[in-house]
Amino acid sequence: MLRDMSRHVGRVLVVLLAAVGLLGTACTNAQQNTSGKFNGVTIRVVTFTGPQIAEPLQRRAPDFNRATGAKVEVVTVPFSDLYQKILTDFSTKTNSYDAMVFDPQWMGDYVTPGYLEDLSDRVTKDSSLEWNDVGAFFRDFSATYKGKVYTIPLDGDFQMVYYRKDLLQRDGLQPPKTWDDYITIARKYQGKDLNGDGKPDFGSCIAMKRSAQSYWMYLSVAAAFLQTKGTSQGAFFSTDNLQPLMNNAGAAAALDIYKQMSKLGPPDQLNNDVGDSRGFFVSGRCALSLDWGDIGPLTVDKSQSTVQDKVGAVILPGSKRVLDRASGSLVDCNATTCPNAIDGVNHAPFAAFGGWSGAINKARPGNVKDAAFAFLSYVSAPAQSSLDVTIGKTGFNPYRASHFNNLDAWKKSGMSEQAAKDYLGAIQSSLKSPNMVLDLRIQQSAFYEGTALDQALAQFLAGELTREQTMAQITNQWNSKTDEIGRQIQLDAYKASLNVSR
Amino acid sequence: MKNSSLTMHSEASVRSVPLVLAWRRPLAARLDRHPGAVFILPAVLVILAFSIFPLLASLYVSLTRLSFAEGGVELKFVGLDNYLKLLVGIDRTHFLGVTPGLTVASAIVLAVIYAGLGFLLVRYIRGPALTAVGLVGRLLVALVAGAFAWLLVSTLLTTGRPGTLVVTIIYVTVDVAVQYLLALGLALLVVQRLPGRRFFRVVFLLPMMITPVGVAYLFRMLTDTSKGPLYPLWNHFGLSDVSWVTNPWGARLAVMIGDIWQWTPFIFIVLLAALESVPEELLEAGVVDGANRWQLFKSITFPAILPATTTVVLIRIIEAFKIVDLPNVLTNGGPGTATESLTLHAYTIWRALDIGGSAAVAYMLVFVVTFVGISYVNLFRRRVAAMA
Repeated sequence: MLRDMSRHVGRVLVVLLAAVGLLGTACTNAQQNTSGKFNGVTIRVVTFTGPQIAEPLQRRAPDFNRATGAKVEVVTVPFSDLYQKILTDFSTKTNSYDAMVFDPQWMGDYVTPGYLEDLSDRVTKDSSLEWNDVGAFFRDFSATYKGKVYTIPLDGDFQMVYYRKDLLQRDGLQPPKTWDDYITIARKYQGKDLNGDGKPDFGSCIAMKRSAQSYWMYLSVAAAFLQTKGTSQGAFFSTDNLQPLMNNAGAAAALDIYKQMSKLGPPDQLNNDVGDSRGFFVSGRCALSLDWGDIGPLTVDKSQSTVQDKVGAVILPGSKRVLDRASGSLVDCNATTCPNAIDGVNHAPFAAFGGWSGAINKARPGNVKDAAFAFLSYVSAPAQSSLDVTIGKTGFNPYRASHFNNLDAWKKSGMSEQAAKDYLGAIQSSLKSPNMVLDLRIQQSAFYEGTALDQALAQFLAGELTREQTMAQITNQWNSKTDEIGRQIQLDAYKASLNVSR
Repeated sequence: MKNSSLTMHSEASVRSVPLVLAWRRPLAARLDRHPGAVFILPAVLVILAFSIFPLLASLYVSLTRLSFAEGGVELKFVGLDNYLKLLVGIDRTHFLGVTPGLTVASAIVLAVIYAGLGFLLVRYIRGPALTAVGLVGRLLVALVAGAFAWLLVSTLLTTGRPGTLVVTIIYVTVDVAVQYLLALGLALLVVQRLPGRRFFRVVFLLPMMITPVGVAYLFRMLTDTSKGPLYPLWNHFGLSDVSWVTNPWGARLAVMIGDIWQWTPFIFIVLLAALESVPEELLEAGVVDGANRWQLFKSITFPAILPATTTVVLIRIIEAFKIVDLPNVLTNGGPGTATESLTLHAYTIWRALDIGGSAAVAYMLVFVVTFVGISYVNLFRRRVAAMA
């Protein structure tokens, strides 16, 4: 009897357990179905090996997953391989990446064959993205190509000069207004102990390593000599025939300054990229640096910075003598030659790189593209980006009106109000300049800048080429590539990139 | 009618049977005679397909130029343009270097080299081993070797500058020579009955186990005089303001030291195995005959390890031509192009999507490695093996 009872009880228990199990499964499924509109979707996003740029994407991915159900995998490759990697993935139709966060300069190469999804409708319909909050320059340049939106800006890029405010104030010096001022200040502090550790430090720390960021540094100097009459004039080529502007008195003057900079820094400066130069600057070893917006937030990072509240930032220095394109020689700045000059100095703030931006692979299925757009929009939205731009390691710099207006976020990050105003002011003065220089965005820009210009500059700094040989080599390589691709095709693309309405 | 056609058909079939069999029999017999080759043939075909297809495909790519077009990218056939660019065009100085006129001293060096090549040729022509094929081969080798000699002399012994081809040849020559000498010395030490020799066998092998990129980063830190782990040392000797990697020869030296450190163990382990297999009886006989250590090494040990030596040196030469990790990570090919190897040259061009140009550089490397490899085997290895 007892045995029968226990058998019955056992059966009942088994049935009950099975029922509970089924109910649990059903509940779980129901939960999953209601947790997000992208359940089961996985997005593969490719960008460069971090921590910059990759870090905020990786950090935001779990939150996005909880909110929408979409899983985000961030794939990283070295910066020098990123352009090629994405293009190979597209052209071989592998399509292993759903979204890519890259340099908008490469858009010309990606849009022409039809690899990128047109996001024009999506950005206007997505209220959470707050598209109009994004700075006009970044909407028009970083995001748009031939009138259509292809990327969502995640970063704002302008180069500027950072200086040790404490040192300059102590010695009664003004921040550099011209590149000559920059050299004078750098020379004054070269070899002096700037952080009290008893070791000689450096006047200027700049990334000059080959295959890194050196060509942007040179272009920041050269821009002041080459472009005077507003953005649409361009600083790279003549808009008449696409002849390079790299072999003239302005380019020669810029090379001279660049060479002097190379001798006013750490001994290994020719082998330093921005990681090295930023490390030197925030550890108090440099009086000046030329860089993107990243140094600002890094100076408040107590784990590595010894220069909190000791750093100021200014718009890129300019020049009082500029290139006369007709004669190819340098002329003095006046109302005609430098209509945008400030106090007789022609400033040409350089939007180097253009800011990391996210795009979507056109060949992917609709729901994946929707999820990818939602993720990029989520990362760019003010709620997330306002915090991310204040963290140095994200590599994201301000690019929305709200980033400039919301000083509280900067103060929370550890920046003093004055330091925040200095930093944001330098970026805003660049953004407002009618003479800002757009970075090159024609087919194979990566070759023009990253290979031809980069190599010639490295050879010039190493003494392999004279100044004249350097200018001739850049010009010949650029002309050769232009003729390969087609001069008219490149001229049209160049002019299209300069006709940005702001 | 049907019947007659059937009959004709069956007659033809009957007649054809012996023919088919006659055709099949010799083939089957032939196959039966070579069972080893038959069984291995499918695998050989697969391997050939996998190695020859990429070779032919990249050869085609080296004759093209990539361009963007609606719907994708296009490869446009451009003939030998990519090669001409390297040899006589816009990339000549990058690939071959800067070759100004010869100085008196460099002309004398070149004349001595040419005289040596001429002497070897004449000796072969007058010798008993002269054959037509051998003569053509040696003339070809002399021609290419003479061109290399001119390139080396006019870029290194003048005010010129070496291109990526010469830099690679410097890496190969110096690295393999030093690696061999060091490895031989270490192997001779470890083969002695010394205490702790097993420990040192493992220690000497460690560098080979590290990934080349890791070695490159290691040497990048070590050569950083202003903030690296050796900073106190550099500072103590007043060298903290001196940079290894901003001076062309300093940078090349840093790359070569890294490569030597990493790959000496490979030669070491091969030579150690060879040394341990030298018959002890021979050495004992030599000792009994009154030979000293140098005579034992010269007359017994060295000839005994020569086959292993020639093989390992050939492997290292081929590998050394492909050096890329160290110069890429340590110096990015800089300062200027001072440390750029051929593979890094190809990689740099490839990154900018000049796939045709990159394939052309890679093919030039194939030509050079093939020439050096074949010359080494024909002119050196066989002779040495025969001596051994």
